[in-house]
Parts: sequence; C-alpha cells; structure tokens
Amino acid sequence: MSAATIISLPDQSTARIPKMNFLTKENGLLSWLLTGDHKRIATLYLVSITFFFFIGGALAGLIRLELLTPQNDLMAADTYNKVFSMHGLIMVFFFLVPSVPATIGNFLMPMMVGAKDLALPKINLLSWYLYVIAGIMMIYTMSVGGVDTGWTFTTPLSTHYLNTHVISAGLSVFVAGFSSIFTGLNFIVTIHKMRCPGMTWFRLPLFVWSNYAASILMVLGTPVLAITLVLVVLERTVHIGVFDPAYGGDPLLFQHLFWFYSHPAVYIMILPGFGVISEVISTFSRKRVFGYTAVAFSSVAIAIFGFFVWAHHMFIMGISNYSALVFSLLTMLVAVPSAIKIYNWAFTLYKGSITFETPMLYAIGFMGLFTIGGLTGVFLGATGTDIHLTETYFVVAHFHFVMVGGMLMSFLAGIHFWWPKWTGRMYPEKISQLAALTTFIGFNLTFFPQFILGTLGMPRRYAAYPPEFQVLNVFSTAGATVLGIGYLLPILYLTWSLKYGEIAGDNPWQATGLEWQTQSPPLTENFPEIPIMDHEAYDYEWLERQQRKEVASV
Amino acid sequence: MSDSTAIARGAAAEAAHPHPGEHPPYQRHHFETVGQQFDATNFAMWLFLLTEVMFFGGLFASYLIMRNWYYPAFVEGSHQLNIGWGTANTAVLIISSFTMAMGVWSAEMRKKGMLLLFLSLTWILGMAFLGIKTIEYHEKWVKHHVPGLNWSDSSFLNPASDPEVHKDYPGDKPLAPEMAQKAEMYFFLYFAMTGMHALHMIIGISILTFMIIRARQGAYTTGHVTYVENFGLYWHFVDIIWIFLFPLLYLISRFPNS
Amino acid sequence: MSEQNQQHAGHEDEHHIVSPLVYLTILLCLLAFTGLTVLASYKDLGEWHITGSLTLFWNPVVALAIACTKMTLVVLFFMHVKYSPKLTKLTVISGFFIFLGLISMTLADYMSRAWGRW
Repeated sequence: MSAATIISLPDQSTARIPKMNFLTKENGLLSWLLTGDHKRIATLYLVSITFFFFIGGALAGLIRLELLTPQNDLMAADTYNKVFSMHGLIMVFFFLVPSVPATIGNFLMPMMVGAKDLALPKINLLSWYLYVIAGIMMIYTMSVGGVDTGWTFTTPLSTHYLNTHVISAGLSVFVAGFSSIFTGLNFIVTIHKMRCPGMTWFRLPLFVWSNYAASILMVLGTPVLAITLVLVVLERTVHIGVFDPAYGGDPLLFQHLFWFYSHPAVYIMILPGFGVISEVISTFSRKRVFGYTAVAFSSVAIAIFGFFVWAHHMFIMGISNYSALVFSLLTMLVAVPSAIKIYNWAFTLYKGSITFETPMLYAIGFMGLFTIGGLTGVFLGATGTDIHLTETYFVVAHFHFVMVGGMLMSFLAGIHFWWPKWTGRMYPEKISQLAALTTFIGFNLTFFPQFILGTLGMPRRYAAYPPEFQVLNVFSTAGATVLGIGYLLPILYLTWSLKYGEIAGDNPWQATGLEWQTQSPPLTENFPEIPIMDHEAYDYEWLERQQRKEVASV
Repeated sequence: MSDSTAIARGAAAEAAHPHPGEHPPYQRHHFETVGQQFDATNFAMWLFLLTEVMFFGGLFASYLIMRNWYYPAFVEGSHQLNIGWGTANTAVLIISSFTMAMGVWSAEMRKKGMLLLFLSLTWILGMAFLGIKTIEYHEKWVKHHVPGLNWSDSSFLNPASDPEVHKDYPGDKPLAPEMAQKAEMYFFLYFAMTGMHALHMIIGISILTFMIIRARQGAYTTGHVTYVENFGLYWHFVDIIWIFLFPLLYLISRFPNS
Repeated sequence: MSEQNQQHAGHEDEHHIVSPLVYLTILLCLLAFTGLTVLASYKDLGEWHITGSLTLFWNPVVALAIACTKMTLVVLFFMHVKYSPKLTKLTVISGFFIFLGLISMTLADYMSRAWGRW
C-alpha cells in the first residue's frame, strides 16, 4: 500500500488480523452451506460468479478468435451462434445482474445501514441456492449442445424454428430471476427497516441508494421476464401460444414483455456500479460527494424512468411511429440523471486531494468509458440514427462500453476497495495498478474499433464478414487478448494476497462509512454493538476528530 | 461472540417494552425488537406480492391484446365455460378469504381453537376450489378443448354440434376457420392463467397444512401473529387474482345476440 | 436507538385488530358484487361511440369496475391496508402504477399501430 499518498494514514505495522471474525467463527463445509451470515453468503456468491465470469469470458475469447478472419473457419456458423448466445446468457444473468448487488452489496448492505444482518437471512441463502441451481441448469444446457437464440430468446425463432435446448436455458433464467428477486427484496426491506439509530435516509451512503434503486427494478421487472419465459417454454412444448404468428400470436408482444424486464435490467446491472463509484471517488478525493441529494435522487429517477423506455429496443421491429416517438423522448430523459451523476463525480474530484490507488484508477476509467457508452446510447435512442445503427457492431460496442467498461470496471473497483475489509489483507498495489491500466487499454482496443465497424455497417451475430472489415477486427481481437490478461491478473494476485497480503487494519483508506469503523474482517454480527449514526455521510472531519479522540484516550 | 451479546442488547432494548427482560423465542437474533421483526417481514411479504402482481401482469397484457384481436373467438370460447361452476368457485374463494381473515383475527386474539377451526375451514375451501377446477378441466378434456394436447375446432366451426352450449347461446354463429382456430388461443390463455392461479393455490394449501400442524402445537397463539398474517396476505392476493380472472375469462358477452 | 425503539414499541399498541363484524360485512359485499357482475354480464349495456371508430363497450368496463371495487375491499380490509403504515400503502400504489405502466404502454403501441382499426 502506498502509505505516503493518504495524509495521516494510521500505522498498520502492529496490526493483526482479529482472531474472532466472520471467517473464523465456524469451520467446515456445512457451516458455509447452511450459513445465514450475509458476509459468508456474499463470499459464496463471489466465488460462484467468478466461476461463471470465466466461462463467459472463455466464450468471448472464442467469439473474438472466430472473428479474427473474415471466413468462418474456426467453427461452423451454427456453433458460433451457440457460442455468442451462451456468452450473452451467462454474462447477463450469471455475472452482470448479480455481480455487485449479490457480492459486494450483500457483504456491505447491513454494515452500511448499521445492522447485524439482512432482514431475511434465510431468503438470502435461498437466493444463492437458486443461483446455483440455475447455474447448473445453464451448464447442463451448454454441455448438451447449448442454445442459439441469442440471449434475447427471440420468438418465433426460439419457439418454432430452432432445435436447440431453449427449454432448459429458459427455465435456468427463470430460476436465476427468482434468485435476483429475493436479493432485491431483501435489500429493500433491510434499507427500510434495519437502519441503525440516527441513520436517516440522507445519511445513507450513496452505495445504499443506488442499490435500493436497482432493487426496485429487480422486484418489479424480473417477474415479467419470468412469466414471459414460462410462456415461451409452454409455446415450445404444447405448440400453441401468444408469440408465434403461425398460431395467431404476436412476436412483438414477446418483445414488449421481454424488454419490459430487460431494459430495466441494464439499470439493475449499472446502478450498483454507480454506487461503488460514488464511494470510491469520495474516499480517494477526501471530499463529500458533490450534490449528495442530487446523486441519491438521480438513482431513483433512473429506476423510475427506466421502466418506461423499453420500446427503444424495438424501433425497427414494427412498433407504431407514435410509440417510437414517445419512447424515444423518454429515453432521452434517462440521460439526464445519468449525466447528473457523471457531473457530480467530476465536481467531487475538483479541488479534492486526489490519490490514485487501484480502486480510484478503475473508477476514473469507469467515468470515461461510461460517458462514451452512455452518449452512444443517446444516439441509439434517437429513432432516426437507430434505424441505421441497430443490429450492427455499434450496438455491441455501446452496451459493452456500459456493461464491461462501466459495470465490470466498477465491480473491480469495488472488489479492490473492500478487499481489505473482506479478507483483512491488502492486495499488492503496484501489480494491481498495472492490471487496472491493462484492463483500460485492452478494453478500448477491443471495443472502440467496433464503433467504427458498426457505423460502417458490419452486422452483429454473424460468424463471417466482408474482408474489408478485417483490419479493425484484428485490432479488436488483439485488444481482447490484452483485456483477458487484465482480468486474469486480479484473480491471481487477489488469491495470493489471501495468504501473503499485508495486514490491512480496520480502515486502511481512511474512509468514513460505518463498515470501516468495525474490525476487518468484521465479526459475524458486524459491530460489537449496534452503532449510532451521529454524523453526515462522507464527513471526513468527523473521522479526523474521531481519530484525535482515540489518540488522546490511548 | 456473541449470541450472548446480542441477547443482552436485545434484552436492553426490550426494557422499554411492556414485558421487561422477556425475550420471546420467536424473535430472530438480528432484529432489535419484535416490532421491527413484524414490520420487516410484513413489508417483505408486500414486496413479494408486488412481484406476483407483475408476474400475472405479463399474462394479463397478453390476454388483453389477444382478446382485442380475436374477440369473436374469445366470446365463443368463453361461452364454453360453465358459469355455474365459475360463480360457485368465486364464492368459495371469497369465503375462504373471509375464513383466512378470521384466522388472523383468532391468532391476534390468541384463541387457539378458533384459529384451528378457521385455518381448517380455509384449507377445506381451498381444496373445494381445486376440486371444482378439476371438474372444469376434466370437462374441457372430454370436449377436446385442451390446446396443444387434445384440441378440436368443431364447437366453434359449428356451434350447433355442441347442443348443450348452443341451447344457452343460440346467437353464436359458426366462426370462419381462421377465427375458430383462435379459440385455441383463448383456451391457451385460459389454461395458462387459471393454471398459474391453481399452482398458487396448491402452494398456499401446502403451507396451510404445515401451519395447521404448527397451530395445533400452539405456535401462533402466543403473540407471534406474523406468520399467519403474512400467509393471509398471500391468500388474499390469490383471491384477488381470481376476482379478475373470473370476469375476464367467464363473463365475456354472455348476453344473447352478441 | 430510542427513536426507532419507541416507534416499534408504539407499534405494538397501534397494531389494529379488525373486528369480525367488519370482515363479515366485507364478505357479504363481495358476494353481492359477485352476483352483480354475473347478472350484468347477461345484460347488453350498450356502447358509447366516442369519436370516429373509437367505441367504448360498457359491459367489460362494468365487469372490470366491479372487479376493481372487490379488489379494493379485499386490499383495504382483509389485507389491513386501511390500518397499515404509509409505507405499505405506498408499496401497494407503486405496484399498481408499474402494472398499469406495463399494460397501458404496451396497449398504446398496439392501438396507435392500427390507428382507427380497433
């Protein structure tokens, strides 16, 4: 850890990992599998989503390898369809949706509101088991031949024409959906009912606000996807249903119902990431987040607007022009709260004492990449431009900028930021800074060329492409290699640090959140006794006074 | 650490409570007070019901669109349903909702006998509902009105071939083959919606069975009403879904010369 | 601690127990409405030509209005929302808001797609 960068950093040379913490309290496999402790469940989630991230990543690698050359030479076109579908399904439902909420959120939420646990510990464990069952079903789907509908299950392709394993994939996503509903439900109840004395709504860390907004989307959006998939599965088994025109159904109805969830789902994926960035930016510029209330409400605004923009995925699918107009306007509205966040983070940096530890590097990378991703989203939300750009690599680049450049960057920022709290040990600073840099460079090299490819008209979801696109595709594949290394590094050095990392101490970043005021790793009950919140969020002067008091009492 | 600490804290918190020092066994360790536990689980149940509203929302949206597209088929499909059984089932479910509400009341008043009585009545009415539903489903099977598995258009191509229904709705005209085929869509939605509703009933009855066993042991009559109350919310919700399914599926244009 | 604890301790006293008489009244209302909706479905309640080809048929409107009334009774009394904290009321309202958002915005697309032919 670069001790010189943070002023008045406490001396950690004498720090020891406390004997009693949530990791050491009980031993044995059963104590993990039957645990009610949110921190242990978060750890279980962390291990399982990392597993799925690497499966999804391997599939991404295969896609990029195939696209190295214009011909489809590495795999048959059918296989390619399966590979990109499985990549999408695994990354969306098994990594992005649960990534920050189920791991970092699960770990932090009770501590941030000053509670002993989430409101419903058993439901929390159930949510992990549902995730695992869904994961097993998805791996089963993959091992018996996969599914090639794309992650969108587009009807009537999925219900009528394809012979791949749509049913098991659909049911897997159905179960994964309920896992995510239970996480969201638990968060909302915890935030409403479990706050410690003095913890008013406007003293909550912004991480809590943004997860609250994402939870609303999970609870209200996911069931619509669930019933849609039930209808798809029914239609496939009994050969009658509401989506297939051959039976008198309407494929656009499927699109309406699917995107009613799946558009809010992108906010489920990105909102918790916003929360991480707020915490990290504030801590490493030693300043209260500029416009706290505006940032807090912008999360909720995104959640509410997010429900009424879904048809912008369907502009070329035959929805009415009037509808397209209204949904396009509403889409522009979402840009406002997103911009509020970016501007406020920028103002937080202004005149702050900024230091560049790894989480901060990821966070700054996030701000740049998310801005590009968000602005290109405005292009796609405009009906005219959308007709030219949709179903091209421009869309692919756009959502990878938001999901990978946004969410994955913030996930890694969060993992590094709270790693010392989670394990009690620091990650190695220099190599992780290198990893952050590698990720940023690799990411831009991979996805920026895809914007150009998209505007040139290269369609997505094809194994072969005209030879004139090859140069940019080679760039993209080369970038993906660098990006792959960028993701492999953290898993190596973070595993290493479990045993050999420096002891972190309670509050290595001198951050103000309640989670930093307890030991690392925390006790099973989080705090020796329920804390009383007597200051505003991000009050660094309070922290300083607190430390002076401690020194005086010693 | 620290179950002892937790309990000590809990006890301290209880000091303001009517029964100082008393720490009810049903209070989970991570809650500060029983009141907090009640509020939290009750709120969680409401959120779960919101999830359920949206779950059925997808079905209702599909229904509305298909009904507007294929109205004649939906009318004649609806005429195939037995309004007597439908109304009886609505009454059964509403009465079961009443007995459930009375069950919650008995738990609140700590009357064990009454609680057992009302839970058992709710259980019986729930089973009665499913029984009537089975009769109706069976009738559909016999008449080849099960979409996908056992289907025939003949009642809609030629309503006179179905004298029982035709006698009540002589105004039903033969549908063109295109439209008659869409009656299968109506029955698909009928089975999807009532089937999903029946699934919720089955889950409810299973939980109810478990609750009756626990209630016999006196679990809910010592002040711990949360479980009964929350289950009641679920049961009433299932009732509400039926309140909408009934007019939407059974009562489409029952009047003559439609 | 104090603020929340008092709230919760207070809650115990406030916990409203609805009398069986109220439940019985609601039950009778619900049964009456069920009868009413069945009877109404046998009457042709006519239609209202709003403008051009836009027509409102009264039968489904009445059926849904009765269903909504029944739902409101169940929610308010059987489910105790009338006696519940503001948060519960807000939860119920927000649920219906999003539900109506799904239905109305989807239907709006269908109606405006075939403008005048519905």
